Amino acid sequence: MAVPGAPLIEVANLEKDYPTGAGVFQALRGVSLSIAEGEFVAIMGASGSGKSTFMNLLGCLDRPTRGSYHLDGQDVGRLSSDQLAALRNREIGFVFQGFNLLPKLTALDNVALPLMYAGMGREARRRQAQAMLERVGLGERSHHTPLQLSGGQQQRVAIARALATRPRIIFADEPTGNLDSETSRQVMDLFSRLNREEGITLVLVTHEADIAAYARRCIRFQDGQVIEDTTVAQAVA
Amino acid sequence: MIFTSLLETAWHALTTHRMRSFLTMLGMVIGVAAVILMLAIGQGAQAMVRSSIESMGSNLFIIMSGAVSSGGARVATGDAPSLTFDDADAIRDLPDIMASAPVSPGGAQLIYGGVNWNTSVYGTTPDYAVVRNWSMASGSFFSDADVRRGARVAVIGGVVARELFGDEDPVGKIIRIKQAPFEVIGVLASKGQSLDGRDQDDTVLVPISSAQQKIFSNTLRNRARFIMVQAVSEKRMDAAETSINDLLRNRHRIGLGQDDDFTVRNLTALAETAASTTRIMSLLLGAIAAISLVVGGIGIMNIMLVSVTERTREIGIRMAIGARRRDVLWQFLVEALTLSLIGCGIGLLFGIGGAWLVERLAGLPVAVTLASVLMAVGVSFLIGVFFGFYPARRAAGLNPIDALRSQ
Repeated sequence: MAVPGAPLIEVANLEKDYPTGAGVFQALRGVSLSIAEGEFVAIMGASGSGKSTFMNLLGCLDRPTRGSYHLDGQDVGRLSSDQLAALRNREIGFVFQGFNLLPKLTALDNVALPLMYAGMGREARRRQAQAMLERVGLGERSHHTPLQLSGGQQQRVAIARALATRPRIIFADEPTGNLDSETSRQVMDLFSRLNREEGITLVLVTHEADIAAYARRCIRFQDGQVIEDTTVAQAVA
Repeated sequence: MIFTSLLETAWHALTTHRMRSFLTMLGMVIGVAAVILMLAIGQGAQAMVRSSIESMGSNLFIIMSGAVSSGGARVATGDAPSLTFDDADAIRDLPDIMASAPVSPGGAQLIYGGVNWNTSVYGTTPDYAVVRNWSMASGSFFSDADVRRGARVAVIGGVVARELFGDEDPVGKIIRIKQAPFEVIGVLASKGQSLDGRDQDDTVLVPISSAQQKIFSNTLRNRARFIMVQAVSEKRMDAAETSINDLLRNRHRIGLGQDDDFTVRNLTALAETAASTTRIMSLLLGAIAAISLVVGGIGIMNIMLVSVTERTREIGIRMAIGARRRDVLWQFLVEALTLSLIGCGIGLLFGIGGAWLVERLAGLPVAVTLASVLMAVGVSFLIGVFFGFYPARRAAGLNPIDALRSQ
């Protein structure tokens, strides 16, 4: 249901409140912006600035208190939780700081998991998962469990999982937070390639400037509001 | 999500925590095994009672000499036989009566060759075979003519035949009953144990006249300790009882207000009571076993709740990558069902094995019926659904972001 010319992501006056013991904490105070298909966006800010809350809303993991969110022209606020789950499965891939792989499953089974929820048969999803692992350079490690893999390898498995259902957007929340600089570089190179070569829209939350430098657009958060939105290379869109 | 994926996921989760899964299942195993075993024992007992009732003969009365109570005080029945052979004949002529046999019971030593055997001897008439539903394994029963002329003929039970004759054919042989020679003219078909646990095949039947003259040396000729009577049908039992009472009171000249000098007992009704007692006992056994099954189910719920709490983060991850609420619900429901049904399967094996052991070692009759197996499987399924549903719903109700953030 894509509206031609419409941005992939469009939010208006997005607010998110959290009830706390001392009253309501406003994590987001009216955020309006749009992200076009194929963009590589870094979201920066100190902890508590609302950047992770914002990403969770964009990732359809949470619902805003007020404001609207259109994903691919679709009003996300009107979707049921099952429709949101289907949307996450089909259109969105997640990469987390702590990898969030299931520790008892092999790399292959972890990557195949989203395909299971997509209703794919066992053999087909194992084939596709294997292809995804090969894409992130871990074709040889498909039968290792996360504990048998290094941090960088685990994060690449998580990226393969995010790619499994061939989504249009990947949200990455501090994807290099637990990695050393060398493996961080490898992971970021992989992200860049996916964005450049496959046109996957990337939204990356980080507080490290050198990681944000991989992106072509940088949105800076402070106290639940956007304080800066700069595009590095206007040419690519 | 497709069903095989659900099974795969459940199987993986259960094999990841083998010890926990095993212990959880143990509750179901014990519950199902207990249900199967208890029902098997209960139904075995019922089957035994049923076959005893069938072997006893149907629609039976036993009329005993003497009253159960006399002037409010209980007196021993049968001490002074008040019933005569003519009473038995008169009863047979009543409209609702099929057969009527006077019986004079006692014990005696039998001798054949160098072998002897102590058994119970019943002096009676050919009607006894009708009433007790005896058929012949070989030879024939004695006739009314044998009774009239006091013939020294005997019909022996299977146990007596085996003990005295071994492999020999007893028919035509002469045995001594309390020294008096009798010719064996028939062997009774086997009946097995009676309701009170006596071996019905350990017996000798002789014409009542011969028994009184040659074996018991009874001074009260033509009198019987009891008369066995068979009514024409179950429906006519009440009418038959009334007419027997009226006839005997009339024949014994018992006036209004005087106590009977005989007692009529409806044996079939007594047997029915025994049968219903057994039924209640087997129900009770089953009910107690069912409680352990429910306890097993609660164990499943307990572990599933722990599991949901422990795996909150896993649930969050699954939701983030596209698991719908019903996928999560089904995941935990199928896990609970797998636990309960595998537990049920193992329990069935133990229950059936246990029943077999009880039969072999304790000698109790058991009957594992298809119905009890199906019931155990059905109840286990329901337990899995019932006790799995609450934890599964709790898992499915989690908010993805909260689940994902939990440690």
